[in-house]
Amino acid sequence: MKFAIALFSAAHAPSSRRALLFAQAALAGGHEIVRLFFYQDGVYNASDTLVTPQDELDLPKQWRTFISEQKLDGVVCIAAALRRGALNAEEAKRYQREAISVSAPWELSGLGQLHDAVQDADRLICFGGA
Amino acid sequence: MAKSLLIISRQSPWSGPGAREALDIVLAGGAFDLPIGLLFLDDGVLQLSAGQNAKALQQKDLSANLQALPMFGVEELFYCADSASSRGLGNLSLDEAQPLAAEQITALIDRYDQVITL
Repeated sequence: MKFAIALFSAAHAPSSRRALLFAQAALAGGHEIVRLFFYQDGVYNASDTLVTPQDELDLPKQWRTFISEQKLDGVVCIAAALRRGALNAEEAKRYQREAISVSAPWELSGLGQLHDAVQDADRLICFGGA
Repeated sequence: MAKSLLIISRQSPWSGPGAREALDIVLAGGAFDLPIGLLFLDDGVLQLSAGQNAKALQQKDLSANLQALPMFGVEELFYCADSASSRGLGNLSLDEAQPLAAEQITALIDRYDQVITL
């Protein structure tokens, strides 16, 4: 089955951990993930400037490793990211900010990527919504 | 055939960016001519409250964006009748939105291929 996964909650939320576990289980079960889309507070999962205490689960790092190793499409909504201070090099330059907190394998893009994934996938699975 | 998507908007208009961000998904879907529906549920019905004064909260008004939905090709607009009545909402700002009872909402969710609740 082809899954699209959308995550709406911050990295410290239980729903964000569940999203990663679901994604890992989907691949382990022989399924395909067409895209991971990070929206609302979900954009914090892609932030390089998030520091997790040593004895706690470093979810942003786990996402990064998972997406890199599995060569997945990890898309962060650009509007939601800008609003929350998650900028890649290009956006930092555009808005003249010194801090860069989003980098590869993450990609900043628009909501069209969510709709595109919805069309492509058999199932859209959402985590951390209201 | 394009897959249909239902957005269930459950956030009040002034509790944060949630309501606007749910609406942005709908508007983007409309711009791509996708079959998209929007259901206002729970505190989400407060987005339909008439006579909101966004300026008093130094916020941008969401109602104008809601009015534009039919122009963006989003005509499937619904709200939960129970949510509206339990919050004392009489006068709604979006004429196009249809009230639905609980069992109709179940049928509505069934009708769509994909659902996002925000």
